[in-house]
Amino acid sequence: MKSDIKLINSEGKRLDGRGPEDLRKIKIESGVLHRADGSCYLEWGGNKVLVAVYGPREAVPRHCQNPLRAIVQARYNMAAFSVEDRKRPGPDRRSVEISKVISEALERVILTEQFPRATVDVNIEVLDAEAGTRCAGLTAAGVALVDAGIPMRDIPVACAAGKINGQVVLDLGKEEDNLGEADLPVAISPRTGEVLLLQMDGHLTAEEFNKAFDLAVKGCHIVSDLQKTAIMHKYQSVVAAEVQE
Amino acid sequence: MTIIPAIKKDYITKIAEQGKRIDGRTFDQYRTIEIETKVVNKAEGSARVKIGNTQVLVGIKMDLGEPFPDTPDCGVLSTAAEFVPLASPDFESGPPRENAIELARVVDRGVRESEVVDIKKLVITAGEKVWIVFIDIHILDYDGNLFDAASLGALAALSTTKIPVIRFMESGALEKKDLEAWYNRTSIEEIKEFYSSPGIDELIASKNRGSLKDIPLPMIEPPISCTAIKINDYVMFDASLDEELIADARLTVATDHKGDLRAMQKGLSGSFSKEEIQKVIKGALVNGQEIRKLLYEKTGK
Repeated sequence: MKSDIKLINSEGKRLDGRGPEDLRKIKIESGVLHRADGSCYLEWGGNKVLVAVYGPREAVPRHCQNPLRAIVQARYNMAAFSVEDRKRPGPDRRSVEISKVISEALERVILTEQFPRATVDVNIEVLDAEAGTRCAGLTAAGVALVDAGIPMRDIPVACAAGKINGQVVLDLGKEEDNLGEADLPVAISPRTGEVLLLQMDGHLTAEEFNKAFDLAVKGCHIVSDLQKTAIMHKYQSVVAAEVQE
Repeated sequence: MTIIPAIKKDYITKIAEQGKRIDGRTFDQYRTIEIETKVVNKAEGSARVKIGNTQVLVGIKMDLGEPFPDTPDCGVLSTAAEFVPLASPDFESGPPRENAIELARVVDRGVRESEVVDIKKLVITAGEKVWIVFIDIHILDYDGNLFDAASLGALAALSTTKIPVIRFMESGALEKKDLEAWYNRTSIEEIKEFYSSPGIDELIASKNRGSLKDIPLPMIEPPISCTAIKINDYVMFDASLDEELIADARLTVATDHKGDLRAMQKGLSGSFSKEEIQKVIKGALVNGQEIRKLLYEKTGK
């Protein structure tokens, strides 16, 4: 019965009124926490994500230090109340996996060789979840890393594309994620186009994959501009405050 | 023990002798408190509380389940606190340590013993089916005085909580006969209104919620927790992180709207004299009134 639900109507409008290539509404705010070295709050559709960056600082315990470069430890965590049925607090297999792929994606852009034996800790807290939390988390992490002043090759950004009712669309929403045919989250370094994270579940033909991938990358570039605006906004307001003083 | 507070201790105690604090407050004064409710859509109730730079998010989730065997005619309350590493460079991931457990238990006591949530009204069938209320405290930014921020967050989140009756009816976990039994036990008018509204079965089946509304959590007057710390012989309320790190002793006092005491917790290795305790109680009453006013204003009571 569920597969009968029309996720996209004859006019090409999706359940939430978006067109096939539209993103959900995104709001990014940088530097929102007091204790963290860098932070970012991001809303992406119904997702609410908060990221704090600590470091570079000494990695403990010592055996996890790398004498040649810094390690990057992202920790993706969902709040117990962020989902429909309460999630037991603490890491589960899903969040451990997501933490790992995000850590690896960030490691590629951070200039880790400048900080031997150190760690850069990226804490991603999902406060409200509605499909696409890993993209939201990674995108917020990119902004928080800039806010923390961590030297990077680029600001990483992520966006997903997918397939619903046989059609390739950008940025799956809640029902689309549950009932759609495929989901393809992609993270890139927007300056070079390097792919930092790529996952897929579902069923796509090779041709559909190409289309979905290009669409996801296109989405990444749009989100990348929003990231930069958020960062600029913070520092412009800092400058304005200093001028007033 | 971090090194900076040891150096700051001299400074803090020196200006305390002149009756001052590092951020310019008086001993009894709180930092600015902000309360924002309904911040998480997926939660049945939620609130973000800021006290100065300290920031806490509390979310409420509800489920149906069996009551504890020794209290078959009470709903279940469960409080957990997570010191997520996001909030402080000193917090580590992993299972809750003793600090997080103490915090959760103090908040839990404030909510449970003072009967803020009327758990007797959360029973559908005694001994079989009751509502379980999960209070999850997420520390987002740690700059001292988590006890007051977490308790206030829990109260604000509970005050805005709606029992997810529609969702549980849609999933079939809750039936019309359950609602009738629940109403007969509790006489909560909203329950009767809910199940006797015309065409309820069709509405639920069609997933068209129409004019149906979830039922507010039955609440009574909340007590407000106020925490003071002692540095040398000076007692000050709402410690900032620097003050808290060098505190000798800490005392939390929860007072209700009548001015009665509802819960207390002393912490840390220092001690209080009886006079100092009275001083804390007095300050807790005064500050408690102010905070209660703010809470009512923000939760629309």
